[in-house]
Formats: sequence, structure tokens, C-alpha cells
Amino acid sequence: MNKVYSSFNEAVADIPDSATLMIDGFAGPGGTSQNLIRALRDQGASDLTIISNTAGLASVSGFGTLPGQKPIDIGILVDNGQVGKVIASFPVSPSPSRPTSFEKAYHRGEVELELVPQGTLAERIRAGGAGIPAFFTPTGIGTFVTEGKETRSYDGKEYVLETALKADYALIRGYMADTMGNLSFRGTSMNFNGVMVTAAAISIVEVDKIVDVGEIDSYRIDTPALYVNRIVEV
Amino acid sequence: MVAERLPREVIAMRVAQELQDGDVVNLGIGIPSLCSQFVPEGRTIFYHSESGVLNYGPMAEEGKEDQDLINASGQFLAPVKGMSFFDSGAAFAMIRGGHIDVTVLGALQVSSKGDLANWMIPSRGIGNVGGAMDLAVGAKKVIVSMEHIDREGNPKIVDDCTFPLTCPACVDMIVTDIAVISVQNEGLVLHETAPGWSAADVQAETDAKLIIASDLKNVSL
Repeated sequence: MNKVYSSFNEAVADIPDSATLMIDGFAGPGGTSQNLIRALRDQGASDLTIISNTAGLASVSGFGTLPGQKPIDIGILVDNGQVGKVIASFPVSPSPSRPTSFEKAYHRGEVELELVPQGTLAERIRAGGAGIPAFFTPTGIGTFVTEGKETRSYDGKEYVLETALKADYALIRGYMADTMGNLSFRGTSMNFNGVMVTAAAISIVEVDKIVDVGEIDSYRIDTPALYVNRIVEV
Repeated sequence: MVAERLPREVIAMRVAQELQDGDVVNLGIGIPSLCSQFVPEGRTIFYHSESGVLNYGPMAEEGKEDQDLINASGQFLAPVKGMSFFDSGAAFAMIRGGHIDVTVLGALQVSSKGDLANWMIPSRGIGNVGGAMDLAVGAKKVIVSMEHIDREGNPKIVDDCTFPLTCPACVDMIVTDIAVISVQNEGLVLHETAPGWSAADVQAETDAKLIIASDLKNVSL
């Protein structure tokens, strides 16, 4: 079997309408699979559910962006009318006076939002990849987060039941992959990528460099190959 | 004569005094992010960020920014010895698991019971929760640093929060541009006022009733 794809377009070609995708969007351009996102925009699949830390902020915020860079993120999928629902913790612009297209579409009722605390989002994804259907967490007790959910007390402290998240596809930004699919990340670009890669049926990874097996020191592999289905070099 | 309010840097300086040698600290966006510059000499602080990094140091120099090295405010960090990286699952396991000694957060409102509201202005109809709920519930000590009143002059320290809550009964201490207040079982205790501000002046800008500490003093740095 061959995991190495020669183009981003080819790597996302089979993503159907109404698919659920995990796409990292925390760390600014560093952690974002910009090439795969652009290919998905060109491919045109619609009514997507996207699980991401944000709902696209690159168009209004210079978060983690080097001088002179013009990064893109999942905002271009929202702009293109491909997104039906977003599950996120930080969905809107930090500055209310500069709303994103997501915020405008949300107020028009064109896109659905499930707002999730960031740690709960990470843990729901981790649980999805680890065969844990649900878990109790203290985060969100006494807030809107508990609405419609079971709560339970352990040792006198309240917890809320949160369910796992899984996806059909994950679009991942890594640093290096070997041809087997072993993966290493670089610095803070690991963040949501590191859990999302475990929780999708098909993980598609763009990396700076694809190398022969053995060229990544085995002691420095962050994600073992079994989680990785497709790799494309930037 | 109206006494001056403390500038943001001085608020951060006062908060920094609370950080003890060896503490693991997570700093939020805004005034909290300034605190690391003012930690008293001789104290080693381990900074944690939910972007997935522990033991970061100063910001990167201009021209040496690295897009794979940022904190949760999106600031570029300088590479330093001993820093480590991890995924978001681990970043929040550290927070929820009680491994963070102190978090410093901004706030829209804090109540007399220490309830925190800092994620949404109701009139916007949508907001960013981010990592605030996890930090508020998970950190051993929650310090709020903020302006005492909002831009329209409304008190931000209130009997009951009218904005959506981030976490009930989680705030331990409030440092503002005119006061230092602790949250106790009996209510909010005023410990320090900015120079030129009396306890009555601070109370006039506070919706919740303040208990005056017997050793009330000026904010000292």
C-alpha cells in the first residue's frame, strides 16, 4: 500500500458532501493544513461539519502570523458556502467590530454552531480516538455547557457527561513523515493535530518533508504510522 | 481631585508578586500576559500555555519569530532550554488535573461569591469560550486582573453576574486599577487601594459590598 500522495487535490478528492472533518486551527498558520484546506475548497464538498478550535479567524486576526504572511484557514470553506456546522471553542473574532464571515452566517441562521470549552473539545477528540464513548469532566459546571446533559457528583464535586467526537476525515499539519506514515510535529503546531490524527477514519497529513523509513529517529516519532492514512509533501 | 488609576503594567506588577518560586502559571490574554515581565528576582516560574508548551520564557526577538513557537495569545516565543511541547489533550489534562498552580485571567464580571464571567457580552449573541472554563475550574488559584469598571463606567465587581458564567465560585483574588480584593467565605475583602483612593472611593465603584480588611493599606510594589 502507498500512503504518499503526489497532490493535495488527489488527497482530498473522495471527501463527500455532508462529511465530518477535524481540522486544526489553534496555532495560526503553524498548525494549519493550509494546502489541504485550499484543495478542499477547490474540490467543493458541501454541507460539511467541521470540528476545529476556531471557525476561521485568519481573515480578521494576525494570530501567530509572521510579518508579511497571508495565511488561510477554514474561513475560506465558510466563505465558499461549504460548511453547515462548526464544533469549536473560539468561533468568532476577538474583536466584535471585525466579524468573520462565519459570525455573519451564524446570525443569518445559515450555519450551526456547537460551542465547546477548549479542553473538553480536546478530550472529546482524544476519547473518540481511544474508544471512550463518554467521560465526566468538571469543566462547564454551573454554565450553559451542562444544558441537556447528565451531571454527577464524585467526592462532593460536580461533573458533566461529555461524549466523544469522531470524524470521517482529519486534515493534519505535521512536520515530517516517513513513507510508512510515522509522524513528527514541530513545537506548538502539535496541539489539536496531535489528538485529531487519532480520531478520524481517514487522516490526511501535509508535512514539510517526507523521508524514507528510518530517517526519523524512532525515539522522536510523535504519532505512530497506524493513525496516518495519506501524506502529502508541501 | 480624582486620584489616578493604576496603569496596566502596574496591575501586572502587583499580580506578579503573587507568583511564588516554582509555581506553574498560565497567563490569559490582555493584562495577564504582561505579568511575566515583572516577577520579583530570584523566583523561577514555569509558564504553561494551552497552545501546548511548558516552561517558555521571553517573547521572540524581531526577525527571529517562528510560526511553530507561539503561546495561547498568538505571541511568538523565544526558544529556551528546557521547554517542552505536547498536544491539546495533554495541555488540558495538565489544567484539569490540578497541575497548574496559578492562572491569571481577565474578566467582564466577578461576583461577590467569586463567580467569573469572561467569555461573552450578551448583546453580541455569540462568544469565545476558549480555554477559560478549563483554567477557571482546574487551576489551584485563580487571579483576575482587570479594570475596576467597564468603559461605560459600570462596576464589574457585582453581587451576581448578569453575563453568562465561565465558572461559579472559582476566583480567589481580584487585582484592579484601584484595588486588591480577596474572595472569602464571608464575601469580598478589600486589602489594598491605589494611592489616593479611600475604601469608600473603591466601594463607590463596586456593586458588591466590600468588607474592609483591618490592615487595609495602599497597593505596594
